[in-house]
Amino acid sequence: MVPISHYLMLAAILFAIGVTGIFLNRKNVILLLMCIELMLLAVNFNFIAFSRMLDDVMGQVFVFFILTVAAAEAAIGLAILVVLFRARQSINVEDLDTLRG
Amino acid sequence: MTGNLLFFGFAAVLIVAALGVITSRNPVHSAMFLVLAFFTSAALWLLLEAEFLAIVLVLVYVGAVMVLFLFVVMMLDINTERLREGFTRYAPLGVGIALLIVIQIGHVIWFRGADTELVARPEPRPEGYSNTAELGQVLYTEHVYAFELAAVILLLAIVAAISLTMRKRPGLKAQDVARQVAVNPKDRVRIVKMDAEKD
Repeated sequence: MVPISHYLMLAAILFAIGVTGIFLNRKNVILLLMCIELMLLAVNFNFIAFSRMLDDVMGQVFVFFILTVAAAEAAIGLAILVVLFRARQSINVEDLDTLRG
Repeated sequence: MTGNLLFFGFAAVLIVAALGVITSRNPVHSAMFLVLAFFTSAALWLLLEAEFLAIVLVLVYVGAVMVLFLFVVMMLDINTERLREGFTRYAPLGVGIALLIVIQIGHVIWFRGADTELVARPEPRPEGYSNTAELGQVLYTEHVYAFELAAVILLLAIVAAISLTMRKRPGLKAQDVARQVAVNPKDRVRIVKMDAEKD
């Protein structure tokens, strides 16, 4: 099998790509949500790799709950997005400045 | 060696897919790249012998969440050209921070983690080992409370998503079941008794 460090490095690269994506696509809310999914995936990679290394199933239980919460978050986030688009006909972050004083 | 080859192959596909997610011009392509990323991640989790979570990732993420994403991306009529304005403006900063993250974590793993368990190759599980059974044994005993909470969170997500997106459109013809049930026959039907006409 591959050493655990390879998996951790892969997760780090994946997380960094997610962070870069947030910088690049900061106007598109859907892509922001997708980048958050990428970062969550990287975190799950770490949990599973460490769970394998320590031979402790707790890490996998954690990933299970992260998947649950992430699914709920995605559903509510997309619902908010749909309502937003109905009200504004746009999902550009720059148009969402009503709260600015 | 096959394990190594599989790992590096899937890792390369995963990184290319992740880069595709953040650089695609079309949000639909981004969503499809994210699906590819989830599939390759599931394969990599299989290599780590986390079989249950790998299957859950494909079923829940690819099967449900990404379909939801695709549905919303296709339903909303988005002007992608406007959304991509200033795409490269903050790119140097983003790439710089990403490199910083990778270098920091790489430093910790390669220099601090040398000669520890991190660089050891884990032994494959013995034959007959069931990841699902082991996970289930702790999930339904030690963490049953958290498990129930997760169920409540999912219910909350259903209620929130439906109540957010439901709307009443004016002028729509709809049944009012309560009023239909509450109707009294006396209010609607008049029975007229009259003698038969004789001539």
